Amino acid sequence: MTRKAIWHAGLIVVLVVILYPVVWMIGTSFKPAQEIISAVSPWPSHWTVQNYKAGWIANPGVTFGTFFANSIIVSLGAVAGNLIACSLTAYAFARLRFRFRGLFFALMIVTILLPYHVLIVPQYAIFRSFGWVNTFLPLIVPKFLATDAFFIFLMVQFMRGVPPELDEAARLDGCGPYRTFWHIMLPLVRPALITTAIFTFLWTWNDYFTQLIYLNSTSKFTVPVGLGLFIDQSGIADYGPMMAMSMLALLPVFLFFLAFQRLIVEGIAAAGVKG
Amino acid sequence: MSVSFRTRAVARVRPGPVRAGKRGTRSPGTAGYIFLIPWFAGFALFTLGPMVFSLYLSFTNYTLLSAPQWVGLANYRRMFTSDPRYIHSLEVTVQYVVVSVPLKLAVALAVALVLNRRRRGSGLYRSLFYIPSLLGTSVSVALVWRAIFGEGGTLDSTLKVAGVHTSNIWTEDPRWALWTLVLLVVWQFGAPMVIFLAGLKQISQHLYDAAAVDGANWWRRFVSITVPMLSPVIFFNLMLELVGAFQAFTPAYIISGGLGGPADSTLFYTLYMYIMGFQNFEFGYASAMAWVLLAIVGACTALMFRFARSWVFYADDGDRR
Repeated sequence: MTRKAIWHAGLIVVLVVILYPVVWMIGTSFKPAQEIISAVSPWPSHWTVQNYKAGWIANPGVTFGTFFANSIIVSLGAVAGNLIACSLTAYAFARLRFRFRGLFFALMIVTILLPYHVLIVPQYAIFRSFGWVNTFLPLIVPKFLATDAFFIFLMVQFMRGVPPELDEAARLDGCGPYRTFWHIMLPLVRPALITTAIFTFLWTWNDYFTQLIYLNSTSKFTVPVGLGLFIDQSGIADYGPMMAMSMLALLPVFLFFLAFQRLIVEGIAAAGVKG
Repeated sequence: MSVSFRTRAVARVRPGPVRAGKRGTRSPGTAGYIFLIPWFAGFALFTLGPMVFSLYLSFTNYTLLSAPQWVGLANYRRMFTSDPRYIHSLEVTVQYVVVSVPLKLAVALAVALVLNRRRRGSGLYRSLFYIPSLLGTSVSVALVWRAIFGEGGTLDSTLKVAGVHTSNIWTEDPRWALWTLVLLVVWQFGAPMVIFLAGLKQISQHLYDAAAVDGANWWRRFVSITVPMLSPVIFFNLMLELVGAFQAFTPAYIISGGLGGPADSTLFYTLYMYIMGFQNFEFGYASAMAWVLLAIVGACTALMFRFARSWVFYADDGDRR
């Protein structure tokens, strides 16, 4: 009994330390300006939504509404691209026979560990020559060409776990590889598809580096790039609006976590243990 | 692995006629290539092509405004002989990697060991501890860090209440700024912890029971059972965190206001590369920096794999060979 109590007490201490910054962000976003400076407690004694109103229109000419709309377009585009391209690629690697399969698979695996920064300068030059800088295309089109090797790997792992007898049966019934992929494989690996969709959405939603590089007019800014504008206003007076918008930016992440908590945590665990 | 071998075996045994008569399946190889069309295009256009292109650019003085001109090894020479800021950024990054990766993994493993009991609530703790890993790389959290550790920040006012007067602006003190970034990444120990937990669940209880019979204490059991059995997972986490730490960008950019300050104390490698490439438009120089980064990460990875043989233990080695 006491051992159990100590166990819980220890973990709760860790929990408090971990969640403090999150609680602080939420609390500060609802505090009036003078309370942010003076009060130590992260929880507001007077609640106000003034920070949300001020933060929403903090940038001249555009509201955060624009940033949110842009982020949604980019993130959903990336999700669609990864779902289509990674599942096609994974099916070929997991189930089909062709020459140099081993070599291509090895190349694909290597790209998981390849630092993105090696590619960014030439990719920028390529997209610039296409006239795609300051559009969403550099953020979406590569996903349709299976550049997120991590998700290919995840799906290959999943597809290998599907009993081959099922494909065999389909083949005996006259299904070619395309119909087998569509009618047999895809429905069976739905958990992998959902995991891919969730993580693609969250990672794209939070991604700063790529969006910072490719988007340069405020009307094209996504939420992270829009939030980045706050670093130019560093006074304590701006903490309220800054935290309010930070809070809104993380709202979809929190909602996803609430809805898909088990899938998210288990997806991560599976990737590690099977890999 | 074994599953895929089985697939191949089945496919080999089964003779051809079943395939006959179906559209687009004239030979067994074609379908594979058709499924791989997007990947081939992406690999050529966005991975292999850019790699070759950036290697070439690293030997030029390309600035986006002028056509690239061959300058030989000048960029590489400049990095190591006449750019003290570059050397400094390398030092900052190595310091960050060497401190943050082992620290993060140690915390992750420790908490995983504590959580690895079938007690009510352990699943809930696991999920809650994972939250920072979901938020960690976002601009929002970097801004929170700036506010907590920055000017008039909460940490300082809280310490004041506790009677400690530091009047320290942590993010603007060259001695402390990097450590706020280390703290930020250690805070995200949830992801490796979840992976450790999954690994711990797979260790057979029999081993522990046998050791207990032999009178091994918990430390002995940890060193002789847990660590070796968990070593593939430790290795996986180590690789993941190492590669990730070398590429950290967002927190340093946001917390230092895009400059890598104070006194360049948070000038991460990637941040300096961004400044050179996308603010000064020295694309040739930035490409050379990228290739040195690739060489460093590649060398680390290779070393890790080489070194792995001496400590990573695969229990199922028997049926793999």
